Amino acid sequence: MALREKSSGHRLGERWTDDELEQLVGNLLRYGVLIAAAVVLFGGVLYLAHYGGGHPSYHVFAGEPASLRSLHDIFFGALALNSHSVIQLGLILLIATPVARVALSLLAFAAQKDKMYVVVTAIVLGLLVYSLFFGRV
Amino acid sequence: MTTLTLTALVALGSFAAGLLGALTGLGGGMVIVPLLTIVFGVDIHYAIGASLISVIATSSGAAAAYVKEGFTNVRVGMLLEVATTIGALVGAYLAGILSTTVIAVIFGLVLLYSAYLSLKPRVEHVVGGPPNTIARWLRLDSTYPTAEGLQPYEVQGVPAGFGLMGVAGVLSGLLGIGSGAVKVLAMDQAMRLPFKVSTTTSNFMIGVTAAASAGVYLHRGYIDPGLAMPVMLGVLCGALVGARLLTGARPKILRLIFSAVIVFLAVEMLYNGLTGKI
Repeated sequence: MALREKSSGHRLGERWTDDELEQLVGNLLRYGVLIAAAVVLFGGVLYLAHYGGGHPSYHVFAGEPASLRSLHDIFFGALALNSHSVIQLGLILLIATPVARVALSLLAFAAQKDKMYVVVTAIVLGLLVYSLFFGRV
Repeated sequence: MTTLTLTALVALGSFAAGLLGALTGLGGGMVIVPLLTIVFGVDIHYAIGASLISVIATSSGAAAAYVKEGFTNVRVGMLLEVATTIGALVGAYLAGILSTTVIAVIFGLVLLYSAYLSLKPRVEHVVGGPPNTIARWLRLDSTYPTAEGLQPYEVQGVPAGFGLMGVAGVLSGLLGIGSGAVKVLAMDQAMRLPFKVSTTTSNFMIGVTAAASAGVYLHRGYIDPGLAMPVMLGVLCGALVGARLLTGARPKILRLIFSAVIVFLAVEMLYNGLTGKI
C-alpha cells in the first residue's frame, strides 16, 4: 500500500526508475530499523521498571515460554503492554525489515517483467516467510 | 548481579563490539557470542539468538547508507540468497541438535580463520574474466561506478560462489554471525566481483540470511527479550557512532587490536568448549 503512495504517478505495472527504487529501499531499511529500535527501547524501559531489581538466570537454557514464541501471542501480549512481548514485537519488526526489502525487490522485478528473477526472488521470499511464520525445520 | 546491572553491562559490551566492528569493517556480530558466553556466562543458545538480532540491525542500518552508491549487484545478491537462506535454515536446524561443545569448537575455529583473513593483506584480485555462459544466462554481468566512469565486469565461477554461499549460510544459522568474511571470499575469489561490489552486495545479503534463521530461533524460544534488547540497542548505537567516526580513525592499528581480541576469544571458546564449560 505504502508503495503506491510513495511512487505516486506510477502504477505498479509501470517500471520504476532506479532512483525511486533506491530511495524507497533506503527509507524502508532506515525506518524499519529505527521503528524496531524504538519499540525495543520502549519495551526495555517497561521491562527494567518491572524486573530491574530481579536476578536473571541465563546460565541455564530453559527456552522461552510459548507466549514469547508465537507471533499471535506476542502481538496481543504487546497490546496489553507486557514488557517481554513489546520487546519481542520490536525484534519481529526488525526481522521483518529485510523480508520487506526482498518483497520490494520482487515487485520491482515483476514491474520490469523480469520473469527469471521474479522466480528467484519468490523462492527467497517464500523461505523467509516460512521461517518467520512457521519456523520449524 | 541484578537485571539492571547485567543489562547495563551487556549494553556497554555490545556498544564496544558494534563500534569496533564498524571501525574495522570486520562486523561486531562475531564477538557477541563469545562475549555473552565467556564473560557473562550466558547459555550459548540465548547468546546466538541475541547475536543474530544484532547482525540484522547492523546490516540493515549499514545497507540503508550503501543503497544509493550503485555498487550493489541486486541480481547476484538475490541469486546467492537462495543458497544462503537454505543454508541458514540448515544451520538453524543443526543448532538444535548439535551439542554445545561442538558448536563452541566450530565457533572457535571460525573465529581463528576470520582473524587470519583480517590480518592477511587483501590482495587486489583479478576482476572479471572472459564471458561466462552461466553468468550470461543469469544476466549477472553489470557495471560499477569508478573514477573513470561506469566500468563493466563479467561475473565468473557461479556454481563455486553459490556453493560457498551455502556454507556461509549454514555458519550464519548455526553460530548467529553474519559470515561476511566467507561471503566476501566467495564473491572476490570465486566470482571475481570488484572489491566494492562484493563488500556492499555481501552486506545486502547478511541481513536477509540472518532473518531466515532468526525466525526459526524465535519459534524455538532461543530469543530472550531481556538479553536481546541490550545487545541489539548496544550494537546498533556502537555501529552508528563507528560509522560517524570512520574518517578520523586509524583502521590498521584498530584491525590489529580487534584481531587480537578475536584470537583471544577463539582460544577461550575452544578451551571452554572442550572442557565442557559452555
